[in-house]
Amino acid sequence: MDYFIELFFVGLTRGSIYALIALGYTMVYGIIGLINFAHGEIYMIGAFTSFIVATVLSIYGFPLLAIVIVAGLAAAVWSSAYGYTIEKLAYRPLRKAPRLAPLISAIGMSIFLQNYVLLAQTSDFLPFPELIPEFDFMEPVAHIVGSSDLVILIVTTLVMLGLTFLIKFTKIGKAMRATAQDKTMAVLVGINVDRVISATFVIGSALAAIGGLLIASHVGQINFYIGFIAGIKAFTAAVLGGIGSIPGAVLGSLVLGLTESFATGYISSDYEDVFAFSLLVLILIFKPSGLLGKAETQKV
Amino acid sequence: MFPVKELKRSFLISIWFSFLTFPIMVIKVDAIERVVSWRWENMFFIAFGSFFISILTKVYFLRKERRTGRKKVNRELTEAFMQRILREPRFLYPLSLAVLLFALLFPALFSTYQTNIMTTALMYVVLGLGLNVVVGVAGLLDLGYVAFYAVGAYSYALLNLYFDMGFWAVLPLGGLFAAFLGIMLGFPVLRLRGDYLAIVTLGFGEIIRLVLENWSAFSQGPSGIANIPRPGFFGMEMSFDSGIVYIYYIVVALVVFTIFVVNRLQDSRLGRAWLALREDEIACQAMGIDKTRTKLIAFSLGAFWAGLVGVIFAAKTTFVNPASFTFLESAIILSIVVLGGMGSIVGVIFGALILILMPEYLRALSEYRMLAFGGILVVMMVFKPDGIISNVRRSYRFKKQPAKDVIE
Repeated sequence: MDYFIELFFVGLTRGSIYALIALGYTMVYGIIGLINFAHGEIYMIGAFTSFIVATVLSIYGFPLLAIVIVAGLAAAVWSSAYGYTIEKLAYRPLRKAPRLAPLISAIGMSIFLQNYVLLAQTSDFLPFPELIPEFDFMEPVAHIVGSSDLVILIVTTLVMLGLTFLIKFTKIGKAMRATAQDKTMAVLVGINVDRVISATFVIGSALAAIGGLLIASHVGQINFYIGFIAGIKAFTAAVLGGIGSIPGAVLGSLVLGLTESFATGYISSDYEDVFAFSLLVLILIFKPSGLLGKAETQKV
Repeated sequence: MFPVKELKRSFLISIWFSFLTFPIMVIKVDAIERVVSWRWENMFFIAFGSFFISILTKVYFLRKERRTGRKKVNRELTEAFMQRILREPRFLYPLSLAVLLFALLFPALFSTYQTNIMTTALMYVVLGLGLNVVVGVAGLLDLGYVAFYAVGAYSYALLNLYFDMGFWAVLPLGGLFAAFLGIMLGFPVLRLRGDYLAIVTLGFGEIIRLVLENWSAFSQGPSGIANIPRPGFFGMEMSFDSGIVYIYYIVVALVVFTIFVVNRLQDSRLGRAWLALREDEIACQAMGIDKTRTKLIAFSLGAFWAGLVGVIFAAKTTFVNPASFTFLESAIILSIVVLGGMGSIVGVIFGALILILMPEYLRALSEYRMLAFGGILVVMMVFKPDGIISNVRRSYRFKKQPAKDVIE
């Protein structure tokens, strides 16, 4: 039973990290219908930025709490800046281009960013400083749930609540929902669509950066390639839940994380990714628009 | 003259990029030795580089704007010119004959090294043309195309390993296996729309690669299968160099065959059904076209070419392992199709030659070549989103000149 609970929490932690990245995919897709392949790289850059800032601060002897806060802020700020710039350079000129052109541009951007970090930093795995301490009150259950799992769960829950608030109750959130529904109509009622799209990229990137910081301090090492597989997994999760739907992305991520955790725990760890993708194929066969996606009826 | 306002804008852009690249370009930490090195010179390069690039692009756009009126006519003319060359038998036949002659003489004119690179590029031409049937003509976005390529390569490697079968026997078999797999995959997923199809094919490609990597008893795992024999020629012994030239000719023959088939297909009933499917599925069904069958044929035909090239790939490198069949490979093949111009055969050929030969000749830049590759993909898409040679649908044009004057 302990093993089951342990696997459950591993899956939950993993799923909530996927969710932080998947939200960026699903928000961007919901608004401009683009699979943003560079999003995984944004997450990687977030992890790298927080790594660099945290290590520099710890070398200069700052207290742990200050390091965590500053590294988190720096990761969010710089990842958002990258997201904003990428949208402006690589996607905005292609708004009216054929459907596949922005996709290729995104793949190019992803290759570019990977190699940019590879060249500017290193190709080795870097040891990520342990930013989350072991809490004393977690001692009795430490063999089942680690402190970092707890922190990750709490932080992601808070972030999700914040995001829900932002989308449901603020002006920009309203504008985002309107743009996702109908871009032309949104323009007609006076929404600056370009600014909404930029905001979407900024918010999505900040979420990915927080995910990057959390997972990096959880796993303990990073390199330039981590964004690729995390990106594909998160995108899978977003599609699983029904792409374009924000609760769907969270649900899909949790389902994916739990499936992976149980499958590796009870069956075999070699085929971890195979389980993830098989789950995706199975769900899409029976529910072609994902778990929470709306089945679109096509009008002629 | 260049306006001052633009100078100020470029200055702001350079400040923005200096800020953007600051943590990753400037700071480098050694977490074990606990030393920080500040590389301010990088910031200097970034600032100046982005300043000049932004000025250059601005100048480009200003010039373009100034010439808009004239240029539009010009572009229409050049496009019409290209299309005319590609369509008129009078120009097309001698031109393709010349290209074919050049391709045949290539090993005699250049070194074995160059021939080898050219073989790779031509293999990608076939892959590109195969994927073009699926993505460009039938409009099904397939991000796991490399799976079929892997199936071809592994069918030669494994059939040779276990049953000692030769290259020529496996070549059609590899293609058929891949096509069969295409149908198997196609049945469940073809009712998915657009981007869902994309992610499922991506997942499928990864599944194939991961199974090959982990099922060691069957496929020898990540270490791969070595010592695959090169293709034989009536049992003749061949030196290393002439072996390469031989494979080159096999690939040239395959390219010619592929172009012939794909070209004939595009004008056939099936080809027109694909085009209709790409443009509008519902209208296409209303016209009495069997949607599932048409899609499956596109899928399996595309897979067939990938399987053939896979077999040749295994024979050429004499070694296969799962690392050759990653998502990046699928992305490169897709880039070939989109960059060249979706649906256009000549475009795909150009796209493959550019994308495959470029990194080879960029080897001088060594570690910067993948950076350049990614950057060039973005720049090409931003400046020419339709691809190098876009496919223009056949249409009748009426001469509008006299009527235009009346309306205006």
